[in-house]
Amino acid sequence: MAATLPVTPYDGDEQPDAMERATPRGEPPTRRRRAPWADTLFSALSHGAALLTLGLLVAIIASLVVGAAPAIREFGLGFLWSKDWDPVQEKFGGLVMIYGTLMTSFIALLIAVPVSFGIAMFLTELSPKWLKRPLGVTIELLAAVPSIVYGMWGLLVFGPLLASWVQAPLQAAFGGVPLLGALFSGPPVGIGLLSAGIILAIMIIPFIAATMRDVFEVTPAMLKESAYGLGSTTWEVVWRVVLPYTKTGVVGGIMLGLGRALGETMAVTFVIGNFNQLDSLSLFQAANSIPSALANEFAEAGEGLHQASLIYLGLVLFFITFVVLSFSRLLLMRLKRGEGRHS
Amino acid sequence: MNAAVLDGRRLALHRRRKRVNAVALTLALAAMAFGVFWLVWILVETVRLGIGGLSLQLFTVSTPAPLAEVGGLANAIVGSLIMVSLATALGTPIGVLAGIYLTEYGQRGWLGRSTGFINDILLSAPSIVIGLFIYSVVVARAKSFSAVAGALALALIVIPVVIRSTATMLALVPPALREAAYALGTPKWKVTLAVTLKASRSGVITGVLLALARVAGETAPLLFTALSNQFFTTDLGEPMASLPVTIFKFAMSPYENWQKLAWAGVLLITMGVLALNIAARVLFRNKH
Repeated sequence: MAATLPVTPYDGDEQPDAMERATPRGEPPTRRRRAPWADTLFSALSHGAALLTLGLLVAIIASLVVGAAPAIREFGLGFLWSKDWDPVQEKFGGLVMIYGTLMTSFIALLIAVPVSFGIAMFLTELSPKWLKRPLGVTIELLAAVPSIVYGMWGLLVFGPLLASWVQAPLQAAFGGVPLLGALFSGPPVGIGLLSAGIILAIMIIPFIAATMRDVFEVTPAMLKESAYGLGSTTWEVVWRVVLPYTKTGVVGGIMLGLGRALGETMAVTFVIGNFNQLDSLSLFQAANSIPSALANEFAEAGEGLHQASLIYLGLVLFFITFVVLSFSRLLLMRLKRGEGRHS
Repeated sequence: MNAAVLDGRRLALHRRRKRVNAVALTLALAAMAFGVFWLVWILVETVRLGIGGLSLQLFTVSTPAPLAEVGGLANAIVGSLIMVSLATALGTPIGVLAGIYLTEYGQRGWLGRSTGFINDILLSAPSIVIGLFIYSVVVARAKSFSAVAGALALALIVIPVVIRSTATMLALVPPALREAAYALGTPKWKVTLAVTLKASRSGVITGVLLALARVAGETAPLLFTALSNQFFTTDLGEPMASLPVTIFKFAMSPYENWQKLAWAGVLLITMGVLALNIAARVLFRNKH
């Protein structure tokens, strides 16, 4: 009957069922078999789009595994801790790039976490109301600047300044000290792990700071006011009340930033130097990371073991970021659920 | 212990707490300044180094040979426009539909929950891996780099951004609005399109603009999908130049004219992306 009409009122006899099944969101009590075709079509389309997104993830993983298969067969897991990378003799190992990726991200977190905490604290507790929005937008815009801009700026503007104002003095000061001396050895030219780490830090500060600000803002005002009422200082409120209350969210935000830093390609490619070495601990030496190895070598690599090894690196990168980002998501979701419980 | 000593201790403690507080607040202020400082510095340098390269030629002449006298970025600008619009046109409907699924259909089911979760991961997934994926499913099969492959790679980045913003915006629409429409006997598809989606229109458009801004600056997924092209082309089956990839190529080169063009390109792209971001925010704010 109404099966072909797009607009169909619900049958009267469906009403009691409707009352039972009505959800808080106010979803309609349609029974699939009575739905007119337009409803069916629309529902199918949006189901399809959702399934496509899920399928995308599966397809990405599958294509990486298939592409990397020759390298996985040839090198196995030993790939992860071998530092050979010799396209001529077809011997490949990913340790140099994996180390570079992890090290630059670690430096980035070391800088970005305290700064982001400061920014979030400033925005939630200190800033005058009229400044909150403009400052928040400024920080968010920092995240919008394309990574290639960071890269070029890092290579041509920031790198040389870092070399003469930070690297050279550090070397002069700590050159003789055992461990620090090794970290700060090498040519101070503004290219390498340290510059890449600093630029990554600038790039992930907005992500971590914005998440921290958002989770700080969900702290119930009553909790904070009680602490203030007992005579706490602003710092004590943030450190002993807000932070413990939101710690899962804060860690989630940090993980989100880490996920970003691990996968960042262009900014790192410009400043890391793209040199496969792991002979010294130096932070000033040119090094390499997974994304920049891919960016530089993939288009030129012939089909075969070289390409497969690069895809293997991509698979490793995707695996690491997947784990980090899932962890971040789970923590942030936990905070959201907790929020309902506390209020 | 007498009262004076106790008082002294309390005062000392009090002073220490105040000192710690003052230090912490100063550091927070410093952190804020640190964040703003980078943005200002990058913008200032971009303008300073890029402004010299701006000219009409930039938009009318294609990329030059090294050390050539004249040259612009016309092929790269057009290539970027083509691929970014294609990607947005492809990604937006899929993203909006999946966003609708997340809020209107899949609130409780496994599909809704896992799609939401996976989408948030894809949102931050390394874009170079998306490039690898499109390389192996499109470029390797077709045995050639092409603009279509580039657009597809960018579309895969648009989709998660649009899904997240659509789902968030639809969730803000009050349930009473939907209920009122249902009470009139409107079927679900019509409620969703004509009421829910319409009510959150500006939010959804904001999301699309932000996605646009994000892919306009993406370089990594284009490196081995669209590759680059030193000539002007609108053929989607051929390698196509894009602004970010051209900047990458030129910035790393030792030629002065290429570097100058790269800075001009950086200025263009930074201004474009920031303008899109600000437009998105203004649009969203005016409606809410």
